[in-house]
Amino acid sequence: MSVPIPYYLALSALLFTMGVVGVLVRRNALVIFMSIELMLNSVNLTFVAFARQFGTVEGQVTVFFVMVIAAVEVVVGLSIIIAIFRTRDTMDIDDVDLLRG
Amino acid sequence: MTPSVADLRALWPELIVAGAALVIMVWGTFMVQDRQSPLRWATTLALIAALSETLALGADARALFGGMYSRDAAALVLQTIALGGAVMAVWLSGDYVERTRLEAGEFYALVLVAALGTMVMAAGSDLIMIFLGLETLSIPLYVLAAYARDDLRSQEAGMKYFLLGAFSSVFFLYGIALIYGVTGSTSLVRLGAVAASDSIMLRIGIGLLLIGLAFKAAVVPFHAWAPDVYEGAPLPVTAYMSVIAKVGAFAALLRVFPGTLGAQTAQWAGALALLSILTMVLGNFAALLQTNLKRLLAYSSIAHTGFMMIGVAAGTRQGAWGVAFYLFAYTFMTLGAFAVLLMLERRGEEADQITDLTGLASRSPSLAAAMAVCMVSLAGLPPTAGFIAKFYVFAAALDAGQTALAVLGVLASVVSAYFYLRVAYTMFTGEPQGDVSFAGGRWVAAALAVAVIGVLALGVFPAPVTAFVQQLGQALR
Repeated sequence: MSVPIPYYLALSALLFTMGVVGVLVRRNALVIFMSIELMLNSVNLTFVAFARQFGTVEGQVTVFFVMVIAAVEVVVGLSIIIAIFRTRDTMDIDDVDLLRG
Repeated sequence: MTPSVADLRALWPELIVAGAALVIMVWGTFMVQDRQSPLRWATTLALIAALSETLALGADARALFGGMYSRDAAALVLQTIALGGAVMAVWLSGDYVERTRLEAGEFYALVLVAALGTMVMAAGSDLIMIFLGLETLSIPLYVLAAYARDDLRSQEAGMKYFLLGAFSSVFFLYGIALIYGVTGSTSLVRLGAVAASDSIMLRIGIGLLLIGLAFKAAVVPFHAWAPDVYEGAPLPVTAYMSVIAKVGAFAALLRVFPGTLGAQTAQWAGALALLSILTMVLGNFAALLQTNLKRLLAYSSIAHTGFMMIGVAAGTRQGAWGVAFYLFAYTFMTLGAFAVLLMLERRGEEADQITDLTGLASRSPSLAAAMAVCMVSLAGLPPTAGFIAKFYVFAAALDAGQTALAVLGVLASVVSAYFYLRVAYTMFTGEPQGDVSFAGGRWVAAALAVAVIGVLALGVFPAPVTAFVQQLGQALR
């Protein structure tokens, strides 16, 4: 007996919400970034669940695109965060506050 | 399914830009510092080649790659704006990039890739394609924002842009997933066919798409990143992203809202009109308080996003091509203003305070006149492009019965005149600042000349460009 599709959708919505809350409440740039990755993967789960429901391959193909994009974002994001850490010794976004007004 | 040769041929402009980006990135690593001007020529030539190819492909609607991609009048008009803006941005960047010793090869490659992203967004007729275009546009811009990597402000701009940009992209993607769940497809055609159903999930999906695009276009309340990123990023990058990201986001907004959901205008027009009003009000009032020119131009770009949203919220063909005309005008006037800033420097740094312009008119009347033209156009006064552009979107709102929106738009323009003309006033009064010197070069001057001529030409003889952008109205719906 397989798990019904709506369960997957509920789980992915829950993961997405956890990601959003993580981005909004956490202050460490790396943790925020991890929360964004969590959101991306919850979307992947949604795509796969719907692809399974419709019996089409489109949703599964989309997941590959999303995975590639997530990988590219990791490269760019981590290099920016590392550049900041090297010069300021902090990853706390509240300490990165030269620009305001 | 193998793509046919005909499909690939219709993809020439994108292939040229992508190929040029790769070649220039590799070529740049073999270049000696201070002798990198061939890269500028190569980038310019590639963009112009892509532009002429786009124009040659024309406005005949063709669905390519199984309906994923469409070469139609909307793609023609929006890609023309994107490529034209990119050419000007390359001219603006050259002298600054060499002066500040940034890596030129990678810089131009990233500029080209971002242009490619906007081109894909302009022609994508499938949500996944639009998402890929959005990411192809955004990721190079994150890198470019942090490009002066030893500069703390540039790093900070890069990180803020990256975190908020990635966050918003995921909303867009979740929207696609929910729409896929209702329609069983990611195609815009299919979305248009089932849009009449009152499925809650579909509504949420479309709302999430809107949030994702609103972030990219800096629509209030999703604008928080814009002032910081504009202020922190290197000046030519700020100029480029203020244009290219806006073209991309509005291309997708036009494709999704008036283009696909045109029959359901009543359901979304109110929400877009509300966003438009918030954006105009906050953008213009916050700009009143700024002393930093980059920040002022950031709020100005937010305010102009609000004006452009009027055209989208009108939901008609007239509104859609009004937005396209506005994007043309916005490209010229914004890049013109940035070109003036790029021709000045304060002790080797960017001259980005309004006070740096004090007395500019007595030292360089032509530069001050050029800045004044751009400011008058940004304020939306005749005889400039900004006036005609605002006229078109306000007229579209009136014809669509959104009188309140048009009236608020006019009032917001009145407020905006104050801070734009204050900048112009500063230039014509007071003593020149001793520590501000001229830094420009021939390329920046050329870009500035093109921008000013564009602003005036569009303002005095709008007919040819109007006829050109009106094709877009026919392509959508």
